[in-house]
Amino acid sequence: MNDIVNPATLVDRSLYFIIGFSFIFLFAITVVMIFFVVRYRRSKNPIPKDIRGNKMLETVWVVLPAFIALSMFVSGWKSYSGLRNVPEGAIEIEVVGQSFSWLLYYPNEKETENEIVFPINTPIKLNLTFSDVIHSLFIPAFRVKVDAVKGIETYAWFLPEKMGEYFFQCTEFCGTGHADMVGVVKVVSQQEYEEWVEKDDEW
Amino acid sequence: METVKSFFETPAPARFKGVLSWLITTDHKRIGLMYLFAIIFWFLLAVVLGGLLRLELMFQGETFLSAQLYNSVFTLHGVIMIFLFIIPALPAVFGNFFLPIQIGTDDVFFPKLNLLSWYLYMAGGVIAVISLFSDGFPDTGWTFYVPFSISTNTNVSTAVSAAFVLGLASMLTGLNFITTIHRMRNRAMGWLQMPLFTWTLYATSWVQLLATPVISITLILVVIERYLGVGLFDPSKGGDPILYQHLFWMYSHPAVYIMILPGMGVISEIIPVFSRKSIFGYKAIVASSMAIAVAGSLVWAHHMYTSGMSDTAVFVFSLLTFVVAIPSAIKVFSWVATLYKGSIQMTPPLFLSLCFIYLFSVGGLTGLVLGAAGANIHVHDTHFVVSHFHFTMFGGTGFAFFAALHYWWPKMFGRMYNFKIAYIASILVTGGFIFHYVPMFILGLQGMPRRYYDYLPQFESGNFLAGFGAAFMIVGIFLMFANLLLTLRKDRDASSDPWGGITLEWQTASPPPLHNFTTEPEVLDYPYDFTGVVEKYSKKPKGE
Repeated sequence: MNDIVNPATLVDRSLYFIIGFSFIFLFAITVVMIFFVVRYRRSKNPIPKDIRGNKMLETVWVVLPAFIALSMFVSGWKSYSGLRNVPEGAIEIEVVGQSFSWLLYYPNEKETENEIVFPINTPIKLNLTFSDVIHSLFIPAFRVKVDAVKGIETYAWFLPEKMGEYFFQCTEFCGTGHADMVGVVKVVSQQEYEEWVEKDDEW
Repeated sequence: METVKSFFETPAPARFKGVLSWLITTDHKRIGLMYLFAIIFWFLLAVVLGGLLRLELMFQGETFLSAQLYNSVFTLHGVIMIFLFIIPALPAVFGNFFLPIQIGTDDVFFPKLNLLSWYLYMAGGVIAVISLFSDGFPDTGWTFYVPFSISTNTNVSTAVSAAFVLGLASMLTGLNFITTIHRMRNRAMGWLQMPLFTWTLYATSWVQLLATPVISITLILVVIERYLGVGLFDPSKGGDPILYQHLFWMYSHPAVYIMILPGMGVISEIIPVFSRKSIFGYKAIVASSMAIAVAGSLVWAHHMYTSGMSDTAVFVFSLLTFVVAIPSAIKVFSWVATLYKGSIQMTPPLFLSLCFIYLFSVGGLTGLVLGAAGANIHVHDTHFVVSHFHFTMFGGTGFAFFAALHYWWPKMFGRMYNFKIAYIASILVTGGFIFHYVPMFILGLQGMPRRYYDYLPQFESGNFLAGFGAAFMIVGIFLMFANLLLTLRKDRDASSDPWGGITLEWQTASPPPLHNFTTEPEVLDYPYDFTGVVEKYSKKPKGE
């Protein structure tokens, strides 16, 4: 399974790249701005210089940001296509969003509510639909989010690489119970998963 | 100068004295001020509502707002801020007041239509209030997403009608401004001699005129869907909810450029005046305004990466979104370059403009995170987005509105405010702002969704901090408006040109006379040629 690139890493890389660049840019602009305001204050510099523009400089600050913006677009697009291209052999789980809980149907007809359990190091694909209004499934730990819309097949996939408990939430506003549509994601070992999935539903 | 009566003292017909004479006025300056007072009212109301939301969120669990009430309050906060404050704030107040003066004419092209726009604006506000006292204010958020907005029991139809009427007001104002700029410019003023604030109003007006009908139609369709159930958007009847989202954002994304462009115009006026130096790259700024208006109209679906639309659409809209970043960057560079080797005088409007540049840059840069397709998936519909658009809309347009108020207040009312209080208020607002919204970026990255009245325990400290920031900010906002409004009690003391301005409004009295100018204004060959101003002030001995 090691040849699959975890899209979460790509998303993080894109986030670090853009946010990191933003910090540098913001810092530079702010420092230059404050420096100018202090350096050229009226008491010290009573006669301003009449500069109306500079073709060279203006071209530079059109072209340079254009390249940076383009590279950001590319990093964003790469991680997005990672999120969209599901590798073969993924476990498919049907997810139904309803007001106000999540129902999950496993391949062997097992059902859970607000609880997702899956094995480590296996790609998982969630197929979404809804029963009333639009909901959106968001698992922050795996950087996935997708709306559940009737009539359209929406999906998300991810690759859990660490065992543990994570949370998922609804992120498309759906009414009074919107904030209550919280669930637990449990990443367990392959063996535990098999035991769990075979166990009969308690409810 | 004082021999000329100002527009406040315009003689009124016998039966229409006092307030009545204002209600039938077609004077663009009076209409601008009528907008101003209505807008200040709505703004302060929505600020208080926003404060309530933050108070609820300071502690985990339900404290004093139930989920239903919380949902209604954030919808109300959004609807008021968007439709009754930010969209009309700069064009309707300062556009109305200063556009005709800046182009050296006596009124807008359709003065009566202008008054009608004001009445429509007020009617929209009244309808929004009515919806509060009927079946309960909608709990859909200002986005009115279907199918939820079709199925909820609250009074969506009335609220949507309010937005419809307000859209009409905004459209007519846009039409009026475009016509005025084309037909009524001073004979001596060519296109490239127009002030930058006027230019941004021109760009904005086109977007208002062309994009608003889309939302008007969409909102009508929501009402039709609610009452007749024709199944346009309702998936259970074969409708398409994504279609609604496209139509909604086709207006509502250009609308954010309706909001920010005039703000950029204000900053482009203030920075040269207080640097006493020409704006850096006048033509580039004009071109970037028009580029933002055009490209900004083509990026709406970047709100919808997770909606289930096709990957091709995500590719195209993400790319176009990065294209819009470029003209915005040009403006920021030009403003900072304008300061270089200027003769900078610190004043409240300049201070607020510098805060604008900082806050708007944060807003713009975090917009890049949201524009990138993959990164967007993680932060979409979280507090990161809430923080991002407050940085652009409030840190951007809101601060430009504050800066414009402090810049033009002496011109509009002939009275100067207290600088010290203005600085204290500005620092409170800016400091509180950063304290308030920066934790939200972190909350969003950690995965806290928006529109939650309650949250998981790990989000408590961030929300608690944000609440404190909000408190400082709200105190600062009220202090700022008190400082300005209290000047109305004293006598007029502002000169016609307290700052050393260059655009035409500084050539007439403060406040201006009924027909704006008593002598023909002098139009400069290059609109930001400060050599005359520098000469005038360097001859004088020290001081103003």
